[in-house]
Amino acid sequence: MSEDIKVDSLLDCKGQVCPEPIIHANIAIKKINVGEILLMESTDPGATNDMHSWSKRTGHQILKEESEGQVLRFYVRRMK
Amino acid sequence: MAEERKKRLAIIASKGTLDFAYPPLILVTTAISMDMEAGIFFTFYGLDIINKHKFNSLKVSPLANPAMPVSIPNIIGAIPGMTSMATMMMKSWMDKAHMATIPKLLDMAREGGVRLIGCQTTMNVMGIKREDLIDGVEIGGAATFLDYAMDADVSLFV
Repeated sequence: MSEDIKVDSLLDCKGQVCPEPIIHANIAIKKINVGEILLMESTDPGATNDMHSWSKRTGHQILKEESEGQVLRFYVRRMK
Repeated sequence: MAEERKKRLAIIASKGTLDFAYPPLILVTTAISMDMEAGIFFTFYGLDIINKHKFNSLKVSPLANPAMPVSIPNIIGAIPGMTSMATMMMKSWMDKAHMATIPKLLDMAREGGVRLIGCQTTMNVMGIKREDLIDGVEIGGAATFLDYAMDADVSLFV
């Protein structure tokens, strides 16, 4: 886990495949306040490209990403 | 940002097999998650996707389909029962891959405000009535789709 980023909400998308991780990320980001951080975890290898495209189109900012084994982690700040 | 027109996805769904039902529904549910608006115009066999008697039991055909993960020769695929067998196989693979079901994607689309439009002309051709369609769909013709698609940023025919 990260030392420097304070996570406000955790979204477990492990085991899910397209389109569910993106759908759930978009629902989860609306449940936190602007400026807060969502940590999204996924095991879908397509999630890296998908999360970046989603971030680009919605404006929510991916602050950091990391992987541990098959698990990908995205730290996303709600921007609007 | 709020005043800006949303990007729009307009899709025609013309096929009613399980494998052709997924792309439109995956794309619209993702589109609404990416701040787009989206609509699907269901025509011909595509109407099965929003037919309340059929949407839950769409099938995969093994006939003339060499791309099945387990290849089924046409002469075997033509035997009665092979379509339901191929469908069962496909559904179990999808289940193992944790793929969302068609009813679930339809629910997500409707909850997210996707416009689902049944083609009135092909409903007449195929004897499908308004009450055969799932709740939350509207009825229209080519002009309805074109009016919607004219302002679309992405337009697809499936």
